[in-house]
Amino acid sequence: MMDPAVVIDVARLGKTFGPVTAVEDLSFTVHAGEIFGLLGPNGAGKSTALRMLITVLPPSTGTATVLGHDIVREADTVRSLIGYVPQERAVDRFLTGREHLELLGGLYHLSRTETNARIDELLKLVNLEEHADRVAKTYSGGMKRKLDIACGLLPNPKIVFLDEPTLGLDVQSRLKIWDYIRQLRENGITIVMTTNYLEEADQLCDRLAIIDGGTIRVIGSPLELKTGLGGDSLSVTIKEHEADTLPRLREGVMALPLVRDVRLNPTGLDILVESPEKSLPAVIEVAQRLDCSLDGIEYHRPRLDDVFIAHTGHGLRGGTPDATEEE
Amino acid sequence: MTFQHYRQEVLALTMRWVRRLSREKFSMLFTLVQPMLFWLIFFGSLFQHAANIQVLQAPNYMSFLAGGVVVMTVLNNGLAGGVDLLFDKENGFLERMMSTPIHRSSVILSRYLFVMAITGMQILVILSIAFVFGVRLETGLPGIAVILVIGMLFGVGLTAISMALAFSVKSHGDFFSMLGFLSLPMIFLSSALVPLSAMPGWMQVVAMVNPMTWVIDAVRPLIITGWDAAIPQVGMAFVILAIFDAVCLYGGAKAFRRAIG
Repeated sequence: MMDPAVVIDVARLGKTFGPVTAVEDLSFTVHAGEIFGLLGPNGAGKSTALRMLITVLPPSTGTATVLGHDIVREADTVRSLIGYVPQERAVDRFLTGREHLELLGGLYHLSRTETNARIDELLKLVNLEEHADRVAKTYSGGMKRKLDIACGLLPNPKIVFLDEPTLGLDVQSRLKIWDYIRQLRENGITIVMTTNYLEEADQLCDRLAIIDGGTIRVIGSPLELKTGLGGDSLSVTIKEHEADTLPRLREGVMALPLVRDVRLNPTGLDILVESPEKSLPAVIEVAQRLDCSLDGIEYHRPRLDDVFIAHTGHGLRGGTPDATEEE
Repeated sequence: MTFQHYRQEVLALTMRWVRRLSREKFSMLFTLVQPMLFWLIFFGSLFQHAANIQVLQAPNYMSFLAGGVVVMTVLNNGLAGGVDLLFDKENGFLERMMSTPIHRSSVILSRYLFVMAITGMQILVILSIAFVFGVRLETGLPGIAVILVIGMLFGVGLTAISMALAFSVKSHGDFFSMLGFLSLPMIFLSSALVPLSAMPGWMQVVAMVNPMTWVIDAVRPLIITGWDAAIPQVGMAFVILAIFDAVCLYGGAKAFRRAIG
C-alpha cells in the first residue's frame, strides 16, 4: 500500500536523448503539502526530470506516479491535476494577461464562470489586477513571471511544478515570488521546483534532492543535509608561543559534554559541537583553567554550499573541483 | 475526452491566433496586400504588353496571372503556417499548452482553421482586385467555390510541411532559410507566371512534377476558359492533391509525434 502522504513517487526514472543520458536512475518521493526542491547546476538534469513528471517528456526507463496516476499511461489525468510554470517566460507577447488565463481556462475545460472567478482570484494573488488588460509585451520580467505563476495556478491544482521560478529576477521580485510559493504551501498545495540558487533551496524548500550529472547525490531537508556534514563547529586559535599547551587544551575540551569531536590543526583546534551557544563559554572556561591564552575563537555553521560541495565534489557555479574545498 | 472538451480547446486556441493577428495590424495588412500589390498589380501590369496572348491562351496577362497569384498566396500562407508554432516551441508556450489536458491534435487543428480562414479571405480579395482590373470569372460564383476548395486542399499539405519543419528544425534561422529555399523554386518552376509551353524543356519536366502546376492548371481555366475545359483539370488536381496531402500529413504527424512524444 502506498503511504497516503506520498503524492509523487518516482522509481528509477531515466531519460536518454540518443547517445546522451540526461538523467539516470532517479528515485524519490514527494510528500503532500511540502516544497520539494531539485537543486543542481545548469545541465544537471533537473528540468528533464521535471518535464517527465509533468508528462511532456516520456521517460526512457523507470516509472513515476503523480497522485497515484502513472505519468505515461494516465498522462491525461495527471495533466488535469497539476499546474506547471515553465522556465522560460512562456508568455505570448500579443495577448493580455487576462487573455492568457482565459485561454488556459479553455484548455483545462473550465466553464466561463469558473474561469472568470479563478482569474479574479489569481490576478489579486499576484497583484496584476491593474495590468490584466495590457498586452504582455509591455510587462516587466517580474510581471511576466507573476503571470506565468497565475497561469500555472489556473486549474486549481493539487501540485504545482515550477521550473527555476526566480531565474534572472531582481531581488525584490524574487522575494515576492518566494512569498507566493510559501502562500501556496499554506493553502495545502504541494510544490515541486527546480533551482540552481542555493539560497533559494535553503530558504524555501522543506526537502531537496541535489542533482548533479544526471543523478541524485543526496536527499533531505536543508537542516538534515547541513547536520549531516557534522553540524556546527568552533575553531580555536592559540597564541603562537604557547603552541605547547595545545595537547593539554585538547584533552580538556574533549572531556566537555557537548563536544563531539576535536581535531588538531597547525594553529589550534577544530571542535565539532552540539550547541555552539552552550559550548562556547565552556571552551573558554577550560582554556582559562588550563592557562592557555587564546588568540581567537570562531564559530562556523555549515551552509548548503558546503553540502553541495561535499556531495558533488565541486561548487554549484564552477563545475570544476573547488580549490578551497576542505580536507 | 469528450467532443465538448475538444471543441472548447480548439475554439480557445483558434481564438488565440485571431487575437494575435488583430494585435499585429500592420503585419496583417502587409501579408494581405503584398501578393496583390506585388504580383498581381505590378507583375501583371509589367507583362501586360510583353506577354504573348497566343502563348498564354488567355484574353490578357492579368487574367492569366490571377490563377497563379491565387495559388501563390495559398503557397505562402501554407508554408508560413507553422511559424507561430515554431516560436511557441522556442519560448516554451507549446510546452505549457502540452502540459494541459488537451488532445494533442487540437493545437494543430486550431492552426489549420486559422490558416484556412485567412487563406480563404485572401483568395476572395485577390479575385475581387482582379475583377476591378477587368478579369471576369468564366465560371462565376460556383467557380469561386471550387477555387476555394482547391486552395484549401493544397493548403492542408503545405501547412503540414511547414509545421513538420517547425517541429524538426533546431533554430528558426534554419526554418526560414528552408522556407525561402522551398517557396521561390516552387513558384518559378510552375505554371504560375508563364505557361509550360513557353518554358525550356528541362523546366517543363520539373514543373510537371511540381504539385503547384497541377493546382494552377485547375484554377486557371475556372477563371479564363469555363467549365468544359476546367472539369478534367479540376478532377486531376483533386487526385494529385489527395496524394500530396496524404504524404504531407503523414510526414507532419511523424514530426509532431517525435517532437511532442
